[in-house]
Amino acid sequence: MEAFSQLLQQLYFTSSNNEKSRLLRHYLAHTADPDRGWAIAALAGTLKFEFFKRNAVKNLMLERVDPDLFAMSYDYVGEMSETVAHLWPDATTSIELPGLAELIDQFRQANREQVKALLLHYLSGITAEQRWSLLKLGTRGLRVGLSARSVKRILAEYGDVPVSEIETLWHALKPPYRELFDWLEGRAEKPDISGAVTFHPVMLSHPLPDDKATQLSVEDWLVEYKYDGIRVQLVITEQGKALYSRTGDDISESFPDVLAGIEEPGVIDGELLVINDGKIEYFNALQQRLNRKKPTKKLIAERPAGIVVYDLLTDNDEDITSLPLIKRRQRLEHWLSRASANHLLISPLLSVDSNAQLQQTYADAAEDAGVEGLMLKRKDSSYQPGRPSGQWYKWKREALHLDAVVMYAQRGHGKRSSFYSDFTFGVWQDDTLLPIGKAYSGFTDEELKKLDNWVRRNAMGRFGPVREVKKELVVEVAFDAIHPSTRHKSGVALRFPRFHRIRWDKPASEADTLANARALIIE
Amino acid sequence: MQADKWLQPRDNGLYCVAADCYIDPTAPVNRALITHGHADHAISGHHSVVATAPTIAIMRTRYGEDMAQTVEALDYGHTIELGDPDDPVSCTFYPAGHILGSAQILLSYRGTRVVISGDYKRQPDPTCPPFTAIDCDVFITEATFALPVFKHPPIEQECKKLLQSLALFPERCHLVGVYALGKCQRMILGLRALGYNQPIYLHGAQRRLCDLYEEHGIRLGQLIDVADVADKSELAGEIVLAPPSALSDRWSRSLPEVRKAMASGWMQIRARAHQRQVELPLIVSDHCDWQALLDTIDEVSPGEVWITHGREDALLHQLTTKGVKARALSLIGYDEDATD
Repeated sequence: MEAFSQLLQQLYFTSSNNEKSRLLRHYLAHTADPDRGWAIAALAGTLKFEFFKRNAVKNLMLERVDPDLFAMSYDYVGEMSETVAHLWPDATTSIELPGLAELIDQFRQANREQVKALLLHYLSGITAEQRWSLLKLGTRGLRVGLSARSVKRILAEYGDVPVSEIETLWHALKPPYRELFDWLEGRAEKPDISGAVTFHPVMLSHPLPDDKATQLSVEDWLVEYKYDGIRVQLVITEQGKALYSRTGDDISESFPDVLAGIEEPGVIDGELLVINDGKIEYFNALQQRLNRKKPTKKLIAERPAGIVVYDLLTDNDEDITSLPLIKRRQRLEHWLSRASANHLLISPLLSVDSNAQLQQTYADAAEDAGVEGLMLKRKDSSYQPGRPSGQWYKWKREALHLDAVVMYAQRGHGKRSSFYSDFTFGVWQDDTLLPIGKAYSGFTDEELKKLDNWVRRNAMGRFGPVREVKKELVVEVAFDAIHPSTRHKSGVALRFPRFHRIRWDKPASEADTLANARALIIE
Repeated sequence: MQADKWLQPRDNGLYCVAADCYIDPTAPVNRALITHGHADHAISGHHSVVATAPTIAIMRTRYGEDMAQTVEALDYGHTIELGDPDDPVSCTFYPAGHILGSAQILLSYRGTRVVISGDYKRQPDPTCPPFTAIDCDVFITEATFALPVFKHPPIEQECKKLLQSLALFPERCHLVGVYALGKCQRMILGLRALGYNQPIYLHGAQRRLCDLYEEHGIRLGQLIDVADVADKSELAGEIVLAPPSALSDRWSRSLPEVRKAMASGWMQIRARAHQRQVELPLIVSDHCDWQALLDTIDEVSPGEVWITHGREDALLHQLTTKGVKARALSLIGYDEDATD
C-alpha cells in the first residue's frame, strides 16, 4: 500500500500523459501480483466495493476535532478525504501498511465495527499523504487524472499489445488480473473469454455536421430513427445472459422482463424503451423504470421494457464485428426471427433514395415526438468500439445538442437563492474539459433539487460564490446555435443553452468533444 | 488607556491615533511604521518611514532611494518616542522571524502595551533572528494559515523532496516558484544545509534581493542568472528559482523538460497546487501554521488578541472557545497568496 500511495501522489501531480504512463508502468514492473492488479482495479474503477462510508470517516474525525473547525476546514479545503488527511492528529508511532491486496482483504472481511477499528488503527499510524490515499481508495473516490481508458492504454503499452485487445478482454477479466499480466508479460497465451457473459465496448456516433446531409451519397448509408431511450447491450451465451448499460453496468436485475424468454445466443446492441404491445412509449415511461433498481410486478406489467435492436456483435458464438453493417443487419434479422421475442423490435430502415428525401425524412422525424431524430450509419461500417469518425452519425431534431460535463455551479437568485441552479459546463479537448457555456434553465423544480443536492455532495473547490464540482455529471444541453468566439477559451459560444436532459446514466468520459462542438458551427 | 481608543483599523491599514501614524499602510501616508519588506506591507510613497535597517534596504532596492522623503532606521530592542512629546507613544521593534529585517512593533501608550506582530513564524530561519515573545496587553496577529488543516513540515523535509526528485528526474530542469523576498533565500539555504553545493540558477527577478541578502552577510553559495546561460539545455537536472508568476509564462519555455515545483504554505492544499499545475508541491512557509499560532498566543498570553487578516473566523472561534478575548479587525489589502 505504501508503494501504491506513492504512485497515487505522483500521478495526482503529474499532468503529462506520457509521464503518467511511465510512472504506472514503472509501478507495474516493480510490484508483484496480486497487489498491482488491485492497483489497476482501483485506478480503472473496477474495485466494486467501498471499504467504509464517507460518513463513518467524518464521524471518526468529529470525535477528534471541534465540529466548527472541521466545518471551516472542510469548506476551505473543499474535499472530505483531504480535509481528514490533514486534520487527523499526527502519528506518535508509525505503523507499516500491509500490501494493497492484504489491505483490501482486511477491509472486505471486516464487519462494521471491525472496519471502524481498522480504519482508526491505520489513520493513526500513517502519514497525511497515506491517509489521503487510504481514504480515497476506501471510498472509491480515486481521481488522479487517469481515466479507465488511459489505464487500458497504459496496460497496452506495458505489454506492447494493441489497446483494442485490452478493450475486448477488459470486461471479461476480474481483479487482480493475474491472467492479464501473465499474457502481457509473455508467460501465457491471451486469456480465452469465448462464451463468457461479458460486456463488449460499444460503438458511438458523432453528431451530424450541418452541411453533411446534403453532401453524403445516400446509397452508402442506412438511415434509422434515433430512439429516445437508453443504449443497452443484451448478451446471451451458453453460460448465461445479462443486460448491460452503455457503461458496462449489469442492469439485468432491473429489467428481468427484457431477459425473460430469450435463449438464442448473441450479443445485441439496441435501445431500451418501454414497449407496450409493440408500441414504443415516450422516454418518460422508461424513466419510471430507470428509477427502480428492483421493479415491482405491477410496474413491470404497466411499463413493460423492451429493446429496439439495431446491431449484432456476436451471432451465436461468432464474432461478426468486422463484417460490414449491411451484413450484420441481415444476421440480426435472422437472429431475431430465431429468438422470436415480441418485446424485441427491429429498428426499421427508412427508405431514402435522394438527399432531398433524406431532408424530408428528417423533417418528418422531427414531427415525431417519439424519436429524437435520425441515425445515419455507413453500410460498410464495421463495429468499432469507441467513436470512430465518419462511420455513424446522429442527426437530432430541432435544437442542437451536446453532451457536456458540469464543471462549476453557482447559487441562483430570487426563489432559487439557496439552490445551485447556474451551471457552467464543458466539453473535452483531449483529457481536459473546456467550458463552453452556462445554463440556468431546462430542468424541473424536482430536478433542481436533485442537482443542488448533487452539487453539495460533489463540490471540490470554491472561487468566491462559484463551486467547482467533480467532473462527473453529464447534461445534454440544447441550444439554438453555436458560433466562434474569442471571448471563451474554448473558442465557441452557445446561443441560448439550456438543459435538455440530465444524463445521470452517462459517464463524463463519453461527453462530447470540442471538435464535436466546432463541427456544429455553421460557417 | 484602552488600546482601541488610540489604535484603530482604517481604510489604509492600522492607524495609531495617539502618534498619528499607520502600521504597514496599503496607501501612501504621512508617517508609516513598517514591519517588513514584503510588497503588500511596505509600499513606496510615504512621507516618512520607520523600519529596521534591512527593511529600509529592501524597500530601497525595490523602489529606489526616494521611496520615502525621510527614513529612520530602528534596531531591534531600541525605543523611539512618537507623537506629542508630553504624551508620547513609545515604539520598540522586536524580531518576528519572518524574513530578513522583519519586526514586531511594540507600541506603548499611557500604560497599555500593544504588539503588532506583522507576519511571523516560529520555525528556525538562518536569515533572521527568531521571534521573541513580548509581554503585552493586546497581541495583534495575522491568521494566514489559521485552520487546523495547516501543518508546516520542517524545511529540511521539503528540500529533501526536491533533491530526491532531482535524482529521480535528472534530465528535467526543476523550476521552483518562490517568492523573491525571503522564500527564495530560505530555500537556497535549506538546500545548502543538505550539502547541495551545485550552482543554483535564478530568474532575473530574484537577483537583486539575493545580492542584498549577501550584503547582509548571508552566504547563499554560487548563484547564476538563467539569462547568463547561453545553452539552456545545460539546465537539465538543475534547480532554477523563479517568481511563481514565471512558472507558466513564456519565459519558462526555453528551459529543458521543466518539472514545475513551488515552495509555499499553500502547496499543502492539493487543489491549490493543481491550479498552478505544480508537479512537485513543496510546503515551505514563512508564516505560522495553526499549532504555531496557538502556541505563540499561549506563550505571549496577552489580555486580548486582535486578528488582522487571513482565516480569522477559525482563529477567533478557537480563541473564544478557549476563553481568550479576541476580535477580528478584518484588514484588507494584504495579499496573502502572493507572499507565501
